[in-house]
Amino acid sequence: MSGAIIETRALCKSYGSFQAVKDLNLTVSRGEVFGMLGPNGAGKTTTILMLLGLTEVTSGIVRIVGCDPTQDPLEVKRRVAYMPDSVGFYDQLSARTNLRYTARLAGIPRAEIDERIDAALSRISLLGVADKAVGTYSRGMRQRLGLAEVLMKKPDVAILDEPTSGLDPEVTLHLLDIIRDLKRDGMTILLSSHLLQQVQDTCDRVGLFYRGQLALEGRVEDLAQTVLGSVYRVSVEAEGGDVEAALRRLPGVSEVARVGATAFALKSATDIRPMIAGTVAGSGGRLLGFSLIQPSLDEVYTTYFRETANAA
Amino acid sequence: MRRSGSPWTGLWTVVSKEAADHITSARMLMLQLLILFTAVGAVYAAIGVMKTVATQDQFLFLRLFTIAREPFPSFVNFLGFVVPIVGIALGFDAVNSEYQRRTMSRLLAQPIYRDALVFGKFLAALLTLGLTFFALWLLVTGMGLLILGVPPSGEEVGRGLSFLVVTIAYAGVWLAVAMMFSTVFRNAATSALASLATWLLFSVFWNIVAGIVAQMAAPSHPLFGPPPEQADLAQWVTRLSPNTLWTEATIGLLSPETRALGRVFFEQLQGMAMGSPLPFGQSLLLVWPQISGLIAAMIVLFTILYLVFQRQEVRA
Ligand SMILES: Nc1ncnc2c1ncn2[C@@H]1O[C@H](COP(=O)(O)OP(=O)(O)O)[C@@H](O)[C@H]1O
Ligand SMILES: [Mg+2]
Repeated sequence: MSGAIIETRALCKSYGSFQAVKDLNLTVSRGEVFGMLGPNGAGKTTTILMLLGLTEVTSGIVRIVGCDPTQDPLEVKRRVAYMPDSVGFYDQLSARTNLRYTARLAGIPRAEIDERIDAALSRISLLGVADKAVGTYSRGMRQRLGLAEVLMKKPDVAILDEPTSGLDPEVTLHLLDIIRDLKRDGMTILLSSHLLQQVQDTCDRVGLFYRGQLALEGRVEDLAQTVLGSVYRVSVEAEGGDVEAALRRLPGVSEVARVGATAFALKSATDIRPMIAGTVAGSGGRLLGFSLIQPSLDEVYTTYFRETANAA
Repeated sequence: MRRSGSPWTGLWTVVSKEAADHITSARMLMLQLLILFTAVGAVYAAIGVMKTVATQDQFLFLRLFTIAREPFPSFVNFLGFVVPIVGIALGFDAVNSEYQRRTMSRLLAQPIYRDALVFGKFLAALLTLGLTFFALWLLVTGMGLLILGVPPSGEEVGRGLSFLVVTIAYAGVWLAVAMMFSTVFRNAATSALASLATWLLFSVFWNIVAGIVAQMAAPSHPLFGPPPEQADLAQWVTRLSPNTLWTEATIGLLSPETRALGRVFFEQLQGMAMGSPLPFGQSLLLVWPQISGLIAAMIVLFTILYLVFQRQEVRA
């Protein structure tokens, strides 16, 4: 495939008799944000380590930025930046000194180092505390500093392992904003997360990992379509009268659940929104509001695995 | 497996970062103070002894290193004790601390080989040790100059510098031991303990071990006593210890009268009537096997470390 910047074929990793990654075929195109999603222990980090040559491949093929990481590790690491899960720094050194060390290891020309570090630190709003020891940083600040290191390297591909885990919502949004910025700059981004909801809006495409395998792959909407079927989900708020029974009689409605004193959740094969107001009024109730619910990745995930578990 | 690119990319970056860390660390400062005070004490005591004896010694300067005033150890005895400790102190957390701080994967995600990281750490620690011992050597020589009032001869300087080099190699062996354990064990306390246990084995128990091994391999005859091979074997086993190698090399270099190396100690040497001194070159030849042994030990240990590290998964 011409546009593929990351490609694995039948990639496997075993620890003794335990298969952490099984027969993985993954393709990520240039400029794409790909989300590796799945619960803890699904094999996301192991896959990333194999992409970077940080652990040995048991069998299978890896190509990243056109190289084999076991044969051309230096070229791969020059062009790929990696932010590990719960990234660590030298606590007694300042953020700037920490970055300067990796910048020199990364082979960034000396004349450019300070300029690039400043640019990266200002982009993640850490310039003000750049000369403080990293030991004084909060978890969110460390995580941002990890992202600054990625920015500083100006890589073709950025691999971010659980970039948002353990962060408060505000910092999470900030990080995701920066990641979307990077995409705009044309960087390919591979990010992993066990919090599907958090990253589903950031990713162009996601792969759902389950027990070392890529169980599902595609755009979030398409996955919802395949797994949940073409179902419209509408939430209705109404009071008085026998609203529930009336909604149930609507054509195409398969399910009505009462989810609160005045709240109902509907599933329907057709878009019934135009009929809701009339139905509620006809049953003697008062309509307070209604809206279409976007399917969430969490729902896709749980539905899919409930089905596969039942099938097995 | 074919690898592209130089294994030394990034080596000097690692060396300069690590050396700066060592030199500014509280740990190194403490070690340096410890060395300084005890060394000054030992040399001062030696000078005291030399003043009372007041000989026409040709190698007055070298005696500074070897003369002891009981119950204090001589300068070299003291070094034999403290050098392994310094080596261990600089190496026991070299590799595992990077995992513990979770900086290892960040480092190895940069375009360098693992070779550069461990070798850089090793070189930086060796450089720090070298600088410390060189400063110490200068200090001792300076004290000798000031208090004895005679300059060292060219030969004495040569022997002193060779002694310095051997001591750095000796420290290097213990550094490699500690770094090896820091690679094998993920916990710094465990690797420190393992290193200290090894040190204890070689510095305290090794002669006993050698005796037992020799006794088992060549048992004493009930009537005629131990066979002659027993002593040879025991000597051979003691030379598996870096401490023995260093002690022998030091005796050969700092006591020019030494013509053969065996199971002799400074205390024994000092009382003995010795023959005429060997020329410097001859002394060097005499201790050459010991020096090679130390260097070989360093290389073997470093190779083990490297092989273990090369296969480690970097998950932190
Ligand atoms: N060194 C190891 N030895 C044995 N099993 C391991 C090792 N490292 C990871 N695993 C197992 O491999 C599986 C995948 O782990 P990982 O890739 O870290 O998952 P994720 O990143 O998706 O949470 C887990 O079940 C984990 O227990
Ligand atoms: Mg993980």
